[in-house]
Amino acid sequence: MASIDIQNVKKAYGHVQVLHDIDLQIKDGEFVVLVGPSGCGKSTLLRMIAGLEGVTGGEMRIDGKRVNELHPKDRDIAMVFQSYALYPHMNVAGNMSYSLKLRKTAKEKIASAVASAASKLGLDPLLDRRPRALSGGQRQRVAMGRAIVRQPKAFLFDEPLSNLDARLREQMRAEIKKMHGDLKATSIYVTHDQIEAMTLADRIVAMHGGVVQQVGAPLELYDRPANIFVAGFIGSPGMNFLEATYHAGGVTLKDGTVIALPAPLALADGAKVTVGIRPEHVVMGGEGIGMVAGVDLVEPTGFGIILHLSLHGLAFKVFTLDRAALSAGPTVRVAFSPQHLHVFDGQGNRCVPSS
Amino acid sequence: MKTSLLPTIAHRLALLGYIVFALFPLFWLLKVSVTPNDLLYSEGVRMWPSRTTWEHYSFVLQHSAFPTFFKNSLIVSGSTAIIVTICASLSGYALSRFNFRAKYWIVGLMLLTQMFPLVMLVAPIFKILTPLGLTNSLTGLIVVYTAFNVPFATFLMQSFFDGIPKDLEEAAMIDGATKFTAFREIILPLTLPGIAATLGFVFTAAWSELLFALMLINGNNAATFPVGLLTFVSKFSVDFGQMMAAGVLALIPAALFFLLIQRYLVQGLTAGAVKG
Ligand SMILES: Nc1ncnc2c1ncn2[C@@H]1O[C@H](COP(=O)(O)OP(=O)(O)OP(=O)(O)O)[C@@H](O)[C@H]1O
Ligand SMILES: [Mg+2]
Repeated sequence: MASIDIQNVKKAYGHVQVLHDIDLQIKDGEFVVLVGPSGCGKSTLLRMIAGLEGVTGGEMRIDGKRVNELHPKDRDIAMVFQSYALYPHMNVAGNMSYSLKLRKTAKEKIASAVASAASKLGLDPLLDRRPRALSGGQRQRVAMGRAIVRQPKAFLFDEPLSNLDARLREQMRAEIKKMHGDLKATSIYVTHDQIEAMTLADRIVAMHGGVVQQVGAPLELYDRPANIFVAGFIGSPGMNFLEATYHAGGVTLKDGTVIALPAPLALADGAKVTVGIRPEHVVMGGEGIGMVAGVDLVEPTGFGIILHLSLHGLAFKVFTLDRAALSAGPTVRVAFSPQHLHVFDGQGNRCVPSS
Repeated sequence: MKTSLLPTIAHRLALLGYIVFALFPLFWLLKVSVTPNDLLYSEGVRMWPSRTTWEHYSFVLQHSAFPTFFKNSLIVSGSTAIIVTICASLSGYALSRFNFRAKYWIVGLMLLTQMFPLVMLVAPIFKILTPLGLTNSLTGLIVVYTAFNVPFATFLMQSFFDGIPKDLEEAAMIDGATKFTAFREIILPLTLPGIAATLGFVFTAAWSELLFALMLINGNNAATFPVGLLTFVSKFSVDFGQMMAAGVLALIPAALFFLLIQRYLVQGLTAGAVKG
């Protein structure tokens, strides 16, 4: 197992720069999840760590040793591909043992390593099958098995669960979490799935347009997003944003509603700000409380209810567990509690309380 | 089921019609090869002669130079097919997987070689090969055939390599393989259908090539089978029976060859490699 240091790493394809000065220190045994919208460079970063893509600038270190110029085979890293990439002409056992064979491991050792990985993943009855005779979930397990038969310095996962159905995904997610608990292997995991990111990560790295936006524990990104991008990206349904003006002690929304803030912010009076509130933090008010919003759509999810509203002419979402919302009339009243309000300045960065 | 019966029958009939159309010349070849000479012109157009004979076959095998032609053709076509396929696999892989500056020009040049009618090139090639002592030799033919088949075979192989996901060799490299090991152990086995197709294509092209064989070879010792067939045409007559018998015999290796490689020609070898 190993630490991975990414220092000022850049990547450009011709004139197009897709990664800008990525700085990331991953500790030995840590589980780091990369999230971000499609095309933000997650796969590229992962492939650079694996050695499949060259590094345009900066330095990549594994266990303190510079690896920029190292061939993938010499990096001793395992990767689970978005596409699984199983060898179609080898059976499951052959797929799993290939890396050990290349390392000239003794036959008995290979057999025992494959057997133990197979039993961990429930693949024992499938060892003689070719990939084409496996279901998607089984292929996914084989891809995982191929990574864990050897003890690599780090595991890289590129959306390994993205093609599985919800149930299998849930099961594999728990499997991966358990496996990480057992192996304590340094892991970097790319996903689009909020829940995977929140549940698996020791730390989440949120990326956008080839730039790291925020690095932190899952709850830190949820509770204190560093900017509007992270605030909108983490959490589902996404955070609501409203334009407002800051003044000492509170913010004034467009319709004149004043919300007092628990602490003054490091902002000038009259500064334009964006306030954000998560749908699950909006309070459905009774008579006389909060603002009036029109109801556009009611979506019961089973667990709760998502209300699509229009507030000051803007789309606004509320998530509630209260089933009474199912029979919401043409308008509802919503209120925000100040401790759940996020305030972002004109540049979209989070405003901190003035000391 | 009843509704789909008519289209099925129509479909089968269309296929049958096509097969009959395609195979009829072969059937005629076979028919003439077993027709005794005295019946060839006397019976009119008949689907099958009233009397059959193996005499053309025994003559061709025992009293003509056909076995030599046959052996020569086998050597030339087999060597050409193998050499071309090896070259085309390597160059096709390079074109499919690597980006290099000269790529554009190499592809352009290879296309250029395919543009000229071969007849134009016979004289210069003869001029080049004569001082090298490669005229009238099987080696010379192999060299020429290889040169002319490599470009097309390269494009053919490239398209097969393009069909194999790049993830597979990347996975192999991460598993600890060098680029060449990944090529040999992962990519090449998956390209067997492509290799078989290329082998078959080049083999048949070389097997039936007449122009260069005719121009570069004289005398029976180094003649290949298509040239040999012409020996059955004399100034005054064409011995159709013997010619057809030789033709049928010449079909045998090509048929055997395809029988051998046909199991690799079936597609679907990469199934299951990647999801989706
Ligand atoms: N070979 C290439 N040449 C030019 N641009 C490329 C190349 N490969 C990737 N890119 C660009 O780099 C950017 C990052 O791609 P990458 O595959 O890393 O995105 P991603 O974050 O993994 O997206 P997704 O979530 O859809 O998988 C994209 O904008 C893409 O268009
Ligand atoms: Mg990706």
